[in-house]
Amino acid sequence: MSNIALRMEHIYKKFRKGETYNSLRDLLPAITGKMFRGQELNAGDVREFWALQDISFEVKRGEALGIIGRNGAGKSTALKILCRIMKPTKGRMIVNGRLSALLEVTAGFHPDLTGMENIFLHGTIRGMSKREIQSKLDQIIAFSGIEEFIHTPVKRYSSGMNARLGFSVAAHVNPEVLVIDEVLSVGDYDFQQRCMERIRSVVKSGTTVLFVSHNLKSVTEICKRSMLLEHGKMVLLDETSAVVQKYLHSPATANTPQTSEPVYLSSVKVRDGSGEQTTFESGQKAWVDVEITARERVEKLAIVIWLRDRAEYEIFDTSTERLGCAPIALQPGQSYRCTFELTLNVAHGKFELCTGVRQYDLEKSYDRRVPAATLFVGSSMAVRGAVNCFPRVIESIVFKAGAENAMVR
Amino acid sequence: MKQELQELYKYRELLYMIAYRDIRVRYKQSIMGFLWAVLMPILIVMSGIVVRYAYAVASGAHLRTADLASVAIKSVPWAFVVSSIRFTCNSLTGNRDLVMKIYFPKEIFPMAAVLASLFDFFVAYIALVFLLAFLKIGLTVYLLWVPVLLCTLVLLCMGIGMIVSAASLFFRDVKYIVEVFLTFGIFFTPVFYDVRMFGDHGKWLLLNPVAPLLEGLTASMVRHQSPDLHWYLYSLAFSLVAFLGGFVLFKDLEPAFAESI
Repeated sequence: MSNIALRMEHIYKKFRKGETYNSLRDLLPAITGKMFRGQELNAGDVREFWALQDISFEVKRGEALGIIGRNGAGKSTALKILCRIMKPTKGRMIVNGRLSALLEVTAGFHPDLTGMENIFLHGTIRGMSKREIQSKLDQIIAFSGIEEFIHTPVKRYSSGMNARLGFSVAAHVNPEVLVIDEVLSVGDYDFQQRCMERIRSVVKSGTTVLFVSHNLKSVTEICKRSMLLEHGKMVLLDETSAVVQKYLHSPATANTPQTSEPVYLSSVKVRDGSGEQTTFESGQKAWVDVEITARERVEKLAIVIWLRDRAEYEIFDTSTERLGCAPIALQPGQSYRCTFELTLNVAHGKFELCTGVRQYDLEKSYDRRVPAATLFVGSSMAVRGAVNCFPRVIESIVFKAGAENAMVR
Repeated sequence: MKQELQELYKYRELLYMIAYRDIRVRYKQSIMGFLWAVLMPILIVMSGIVVRYAYAVASGAHLRTADLASVAIKSVPWAFVVSSIRFTCNSLTGNRDLVMKIYFPKEIFPMAAVLASLFDFFVAYIALVFLLAFLKIGLTVYLLWVPVLLCTLVLLCMGIGMIVSAASLFFRDVKYIVEVFLTFGIFFTPVFYDVRMFGDHGKWLLLNPVAPLLEGLTASMVRHQSPDLHWYLYSLAFSLVAFLGGFVLFKDLEPAFAESI
């Protein structure tokens, strides 16, 4: 066997945007129209774009490679191609050995089946044999930490329990190539630590790992080498520290948006005191630079920013208008930039920062980016939920029931 | 294709697992549970008896037990054909998450849907065995044809299932078309009637690949004779072509599933 665990050679992937025929009712008239009237078979407005262009790299056995890039850079597409869920438009790919992906760890759970049944279902989906699952069953259950509820239907689980069970199964597949995508944002702090521990030991045991994350800290920790993707192209393949530097210094948006709005968001950046950043500590300050550019004369604009949690629930929302800024008016070609300072009093987890620009007297929305950036907030405090109220226990006493008046303070 | 069949074989445990899941969920979700497997065949058998009774009255002949038995014997497999194709139709679109996110041979979904319906079929056929015993239909060596005919039917359903499931992934209205065919298919299939009733024109009905199989079942179970071999071979050939053709088509389209679902 060769020394190469996986290799991509000049991989291209093209996507179609816009309406395509997805029912025979629409397709058949279009075809007959073409046959009898010589019309072009054109499904309205089909735009093609390249999600990946000329990606070539190889990973040696036992190596851990990180993939870094912004939202929409093509990371997920690259992974889907690696996992053979999608076929590249052009190019060749070789994977030596069993590949397992920690992509969506709960995909395939059936809500009506019990935890135990789902372990078997999920395990076989991921390519384990029944006997193999049987032999690892105790380990899997112990790792998930939900022994008590293992015979309860999964629909009664919390989303955290779900993710833990999913991760436990996926983490015990023992693949030769492991692909990891953003799984570290599931579960509570304690479980995340255990996941990281597991991933470290997997890397140490000589499994080839492909690690995709926004979380630069964990990429740096796990991968020696990394790849930077930008707009579907491989910009750099080098030592992780160099790639992270390049990533942090590259302009947030080199692309001109395809919308023809009179005003658009030309750049959104999130930074901390030292520069652009995606990983924060709970309670830390974050600065968000938003830049808009006008194509036409516009006035009475406000910039809106909001935060969403993992469940896409909006947990925070504000705008320049509400914060007392003067309405923005721009001439064609002019740009405007403002910086929001946010104190991240949120619990640990993954949050999406979204931005938009709107004309508030007309209630009209122009460009928006949902999400514009992903924030990873870490915390050493054991709190759950969306916000961090920085709890402390300041008094704790034992007293005799009924005598509280006498005892408290 | 050889490689793809080998891969399917490698994933056979998953096939049983998904079929098991489908069965388990279906029986768990509803109080109907067991009844679900029996209800549709019972309804079809009963409507068949009504139709046969009408024939008997119209032609002035007696309704024989053999006729009733043949209606029952053909109705249950027909119920299987209907339910398996109905389930395969949604088998890919109903498992969106898995189709989009994890790699494995996706033909497992339509195949598992057929196997899950096959389980219902067996439950109903056990009920039928009691009926046949009651009607005093004897045991003969011709019963050996039954598993052969059923295997052919399963092959046919899987073939159609693969085509239909892939088609309904790309075109959302395919399931309505399939539903119409399944509803009216019973009139073009010798379920309530025998092909012999049509005399020379009967052979046109046998072109329906399900027809020779159902006729074969009555022949072996009620009339105690071998099915018409030529027509059986026709059905077998049709089923093989449907299965292999469906498989090739399915595999051809599979890489586009994740993007189109």
